[in-house]
Amino acid sequence: MTNDAAGAPPRLELRRITKRFPGVVANDGVSFSVQPGEIHALLGENGAGKSTLVKIIYGVLHADEGEVLWNGQAVTLANPHAARRIGVGMVFQHFSLFDGMSVLENIALGLEGKSDMRKLNDRIIEVSKAYGLPLDPRREIHTLSVGERQRVEIVRCLLQDPKLLIMDEPTSVLTPQEVERLFGTLRQLSAEGCSILYISHKLQEIKDLCHHATILRGGKVVGECDPATESTRGMAQMMIGAELKTLARRGARPRTATRFNVDNLSLATDQPFGINLKSIGFEVAAGEIFGIAGVAGNGQNELMRALSGELTVAQPSSIRLDGKPVGNLGVEPRRALGLCCVPEERNGHAAVPDMSLASNALISARNRMKLAVGGWIKHDATREFAERIIQEFGVKARGPESAARSLSGGNLQKYIVGREILQTPEVLVIAQPTWGVDAGAAAAIHQALFNLAQNGAGIVVVSQDLDELLTLCDRLAVLNVGSLSRAIDTADASMEEIGLLMGGLHGMSAEVPAVHGSAQNVA
Amino acid sequence: MTDFLVLITVSIVIAATPMLFAAVGELVAERSGVLNLGVEGMMLIGAVVGFGVTMSTGSAILGIGSAALAGAALALVFAVLVLTLMANQVATGLALTIFGIGLSALIGAGFVGMPIAGLPKLDIPVLSTLPIIGPLLFQYDAMVYLSIALTVAVGWFLKYTHAGMVLRAVGESAESAHSIGHPVIGVRYLATMFGGAMAGLGGAFLSLSVTPMWAENMTSGRGWIALALVVFGSWRPGRVLLGAYIFGGVTILQLHAQGSGSTVGLPSQVFTMLPYLATIAVLTIISAGPWRGRFQAPACLGQSFRPSV
Repeated sequence: MTNDAAGAPPRLELRRITKRFPGVVANDGVSFSVQPGEIHALLGENGAGKSTLVKIIYGVLHADEGEVLWNGQAVTLANPHAARRIGVGMVFQHFSLFDGMSVLENIALGLEGKSDMRKLNDRIIEVSKAYGLPLDPRREIHTLSVGERQRVEIVRCLLQDPKLLIMDEPTSVLTPQEVERLFGTLRQLSAEGCSILYISHKLQEIKDLCHHATILRGGKVVGECDPATESTRGMAQMMIGAELKTLARRGARPRTATRFNVDNLSLATDQPFGINLKSIGFEVAAGEIFGIAGVAGNGQNELMRALSGELTVAQPSSIRLDGKPVGNLGVEPRRALGLCCVPEERNGHAAVPDMSLASNALISARNRMKLAVGGWIKHDATREFAERIIQEFGVKARGPESAARSLSGGNLQKYIVGREILQTPEVLVIAQPTWGVDAGAAAAIHQALFNLAQNGAGIVVVSQDLDELLTLCDRLAVLNVGSLSRAIDTADASMEEIGLLMGGLHGMSAEVPAVHGSAQNVA
Repeated sequence: MTDFLVLITVSIVIAATPMLFAAVGELVAERSGVLNLGVEGMMLIGAVVGFGVTMSTGSAILGIGSAALAGAALALVFAVLVLTLMANQVATGLALTIFGIGLSALIGAGFVGMPIAGLPKLDIPVLSTLPIIGPLLFQYDAMVYLSIALTVAVGWFLKYTHAGMVLRAVGESAESAHSIGHPVIGVRYLATMFGGAMAGLGGAFLSLSVTPMWAENMTSGRGWIALALVVFGSWRPGRVLLGAYIFGGVTILQLHAQGSGSTVGLPSQVFTMLPYLATIAVLTIISAGPWRGRFQAPACLGQSFRPSV
């Protein structure tokens, strides 16, 4: 499938593509080719230039240098219309969907020209059946799960009979069962002769699915390989460009005093499309890292806000910190008692982008670190504290006066995590600790969390990344439509078990039968 | 008694029509994601230009056309500022209203107190002379029918045409629309200018039909009510039409209550406040209750969009 020895031109060939943005070369002389029917992986870390490259192929961005060949012919892709016309389809990492509109309208918007809505309706049902992607064209997007939204994007592409399908990080939002189903669809497409350009940084998936891999680092092609034979470790090292550091994991320890206790926490959402929390309960012992898994939009935002104190609950004892009821306290009183939080959104929630790093330290640590006494800011102490965070957590920044927005995602995340950890919390609640962060920073953050737990704090990690949770946590539970599953030990949890708890099939009731191989639930 | 009711109904329709024009225009702009708070200013410009051109040329059609063009031109200024130069939409819209008030007063300085013949009423043989039905349905001037026709047309356009769907998509998610390849900025320019033209028509109806004269600031807040109507109608033309007639009703009620005010014993100012109080009450109810999810604004309303290159 991969090698077309007959001399037919590759479906897609890139020659020395270069794209510069102010201050950074996103793609630097990138060349590779994709054969008909080939599933070609584009592998690289965040910031390696994968997304820029595919946006060029899809006509959203324009290359400064280099050429794109389609079936051997040089083509100019002025805009996505031009790309679609020659047969390029793309499923975006951040879906290009319209929440308030129906599936049918969303698909019609992505097709060339005007469509007869009634015929389109029938074709959607037809195609979605043929590829095992069930969809109801009349549903509005905001009522769909993330997996279903991705189906809309895929069906939209399939209706245009694509010759090349670009998938940008398609599995980052899916449950393991949804991933399997997606792979089935992609293999079927490949067998029908459609080429697939598959972008990911998840090595195991690439090994399972792809025929060939091109590895990008810092905007350049640094290697190619056959993922079936190359080891994941080898690919990871090409991707990162360094030896992988192994985390210094702690041994298992006996569970001691309970530090954090959530009991029968229910909360009605205040958001239009929010999720109500339904009698959430879990405990975190001293030195324990507790994970909360689940696909985004299952109540994570509401839970984070309830735990941090941004939302208070009527029953104080439903959240207890070292035995003290804190459910009715706001953010600052909880922090004073030792409950610190790192919300998911860095810019605008965890940090004020336009303010300096020092000021961003002040807004969180003013009381615990005594940076503002009697309403007066102690500028020297604040700056020292910010400098300490920068040093101890290896934040790349010019100094405490640089604006938060001037830092890269990974560096800002290290700064925010450091800011909370250096306040020596009794309990740390952290959401998506390494979302969009490069591997080096992710490892540093994981290590910091281990160390904090080692010193006796309790940690709650809310994340969609199962690999991360399995690395970090002692136990984890799954949040599904506002309910939390029972907790399982990560040491003996299987991906399948967790996937079932995540409600691999949406529309299935939140009550998932007690697990262990009840695979008939996975259609 | 019947005559009186017919009279009231007719006056309600006439009071509602300027707001209907402006609100339906603003609805289109907002569905594309552009919040133009300059409706009041654009209406005033439409009113003064419509009046001036009709007076100097003697052609009401020319006057009405010019009013629409003038409204669209002012909206174009707004569009350049917020769509091309990325100015803040709220601040720019407020400035546009203030600018429109001043500019219309300047243009209209010579027109104050000038007489003009109002728009001719429709006179369809047989139909217009029917008792009750005739005055109720067939004796307005052409602009009243135009306002209803345009409302229906806009509703049909948004719901059933491809272009209307693209316009809604641009207001829902400019990012998505751009990445699929729809011209976000272009669509917004057109929608904003359509909004301006409609506000201009609303203004012209005031100065040519409701009260055939020009007076400074003669819209007296109707532009703001039109903005509120868009929210009241939850961005749907049919509900905006209904809302416009309800608010027209409150306005007329207020006039009549004032006329017979002694019996109620409240100062007349209270009645003048009525339409505005109703606006505030309706907006509060819509945005506070458990049903607010069903009255969703276009998701990108009021946000600037800068396409990545």
